[in-house]
Amino acid sequence: MLKLVCPYCGIEADETELISGGEAHLKREGPASTDDDFEGYLFLRNNPKGIIFERWRHAMGCGKWFHVARCTVTQEVFGTYPAQTHKPPSRIMEEIKSRRAGQVNGLNSDKAEKFS
Amino acid sequence: MGSVLKKYSLFSLVRQSLNYHTGWERAWKSPEPKESYDVVIVGAGGHGLATAYYLGKNHGINNVAILEKGWLGGGNTGRNTTIIRSNYLQDASAAIYEKSRSLYETLSQDLNYNIMFSPRGVIMLAQTHHEARGYQRINSANVIQGIKTEYILPERIKELCKIINIDCPRYPILGALWQPRGGTARHDAVAWGYARACSDIGMDIIQKCEVTGINPHANGAVELQTSRGKIRCQKLGMVVAGHSGVLAQKAGFRLPIESVALQALVSEPVKPCLDVVVMANTVHGYISQSDKGEMVIGGGADQYNNYSQRGSFIHIENTVRALVEMFPIISRLKMLRQWGGIVDMTGDRSPIISKTPVDNVFINCGWGTGGFKSIPGSGWAMAELMAKGEPGVLASPFSLDRFKEGRFIDESVAAGVAH
Ligand SMILES: Cc1cc2nc3c(=O)[nH]c(=O)nc-3n(C[C@H](O)[C@H](O)[C@H](O)COP(=O)(O)OP(=O)(O)OC[C@H]3O[C@@H](n4cnc5c(N)ncnc54)[C@H](O)[C@@H]3O)c2cc1C
Ligand SMILES: [Zn+2]
Repeated sequence: MLKLVCPYCGIEADETELISGGEAHLKREGPASTDDDFEGYLFLRNNPKGIIFERWRHAMGCGKWFHVARCTVTQEVFGTYPAQTHKPPSRIMEEIKSRRAGQVNGLNSDKAEKFS
Repeated sequence: MGSVLKKYSLFSLVRQSLNYHTGWERAWKSPEPKESYDVVIVGAGGHGLATAYYLGKNHGINNVAILEKGWLGGGNTGRNTTIIRSNYLQDASAAIYEKSRSLYETLSQDLNYNIMFSPRGVIMLAQTHHEARGYQRINSANVIQGIKTEYILPERIKELCKIINIDCPRYPILGALWQPRGGTARHDAVAWGYARACSDIGMDIIQKCEVTGINPHANGAVELQTSRGKIRCQKLGMVVAGHSGVLAQKAGFRLPIESVALQALVSEPVKPCLDVVVMANTVHGYISQSDKGEMVIGGGADQYNNYSQRGSFIHIENTVRALVEMFPIISRLKMLRQWGGIVDMTGDRSPIISKTPVDNVFINCGWGTGGFKSIPGSGWAMAELMAKGEPGVLASPFSLDRFKEGRFIDESVAAGVAH
């Protein structure tokens, strides 16, 4: 059972209390955007095998959206953070770096920037 | 190239039994990879192997390698609950799934390999009014598409399936979409049968060979970095289901796909008591009885991105709880095994058989929770696409650009999961 700490209520919630919202930090497109932009925003996903930044909702708790950094292979959770941000906070990046030194460069920091 | 393998027949069985079965040959060869091929297929699941087979059979392209990072058929093809049906709503889906189902009818003879196709009939239960209306609509679509289905009522369901409890308290059974020529087949045998046939026409099946890098512009060829050295090809087909996003990234593009875990489990074997396939989409319970007597049970997909081939326990619990309500007789069965596969879910829950943004690189993926049934038809359509460089009628609606164009093939209307 996946357990995540809701950054608002501080509760460690079972996945049965939560709803997954998929990849985080997508750039929301507007009226001036092209078809390619919209395709990217609505459908194309990094779908990483490894570290993912994703959205979750504490549906059966406070009801709020928050963010999670997780490994899609081991289910290791690197931390959770509030939704009001366009990229993972440095605290989370440091945590990932300290546990997965090798993996950070390729994927995470630049992807975090690129899709922020 | 002529056939080099001995044909399986009653005579070969008799001959071998006189030899105490010591003379059977290996069903396929395990050659060293060559430096280059006309076509390389990545992924020796059902779809990859079927693509290779029809490239040879229908288009005469035999200089083909199929590269597999694990063992052939060890992905979703060897992990699924083997439901075969073609009662889809949209014309494009009905066409390719029915092509596939009809190829399954004669696949054992075609491959000279018993894939144990069992058209025992599939009951898709309607347990909400919304679902009942949805299935009546599909039934009408199927009439026009020429696919034999019928909307049936609870009494008929009870006749077809004696062990079902039609008065489930939470989700009573209101009706069902019945496809009498749907059914099951033996999953491993489908992979093995195609593999044997591919090997027989001279193709190389190379296992324990992971593609780790793709250079699409290596002097007019596609060059692959693999765990067994560099391999070049004129055309590349990516057929890797849950790992499609990983491979596409190596070729430099992204896909409208997310990978999640889907689980299944089997019970201890019991005497025959269920001779149809029953699907309950509202509660995500899928059940049939194998020839060995085990209850084969499938559940719903997990909710989050996952590559670990094991899912969340709560999904198993939900599925089993729902099935026990519908089939009280199974409440005391012991479960023997449980496992997961990584399925590739697209935005409109329909597959992709397409050219890609990269020349000479083709992709077949997005079958998600329901692509065992489509293996022969998908291989047929993908082979045509790769041989001609342009999709035929079966594949063309499933191109990648439909997401940009908003031209979806929306099969998620009636059921979120499509086993
Ligand atoms: C639990 C479960 C139940 C299901 N039930 C049904 C059902 O009842 N009916 C139905 O129709 N469908 C069902 N499905 C779906 C069905 O199993 C799949 O859609 C289908 O098997 C996909 O086949 P494939 O050949 O595309 O993929 P796979 O069989 O997964 O083959 C892909 C192969 O690619 C290999 N690969 C990946 N990356 C690389 C690489 N870099 N280099 C080399 N090789 C690589 C993998 O090792 C794998 O063997 C179910 C799936 C699951 C998981
Ligand atoms: Zn909360």
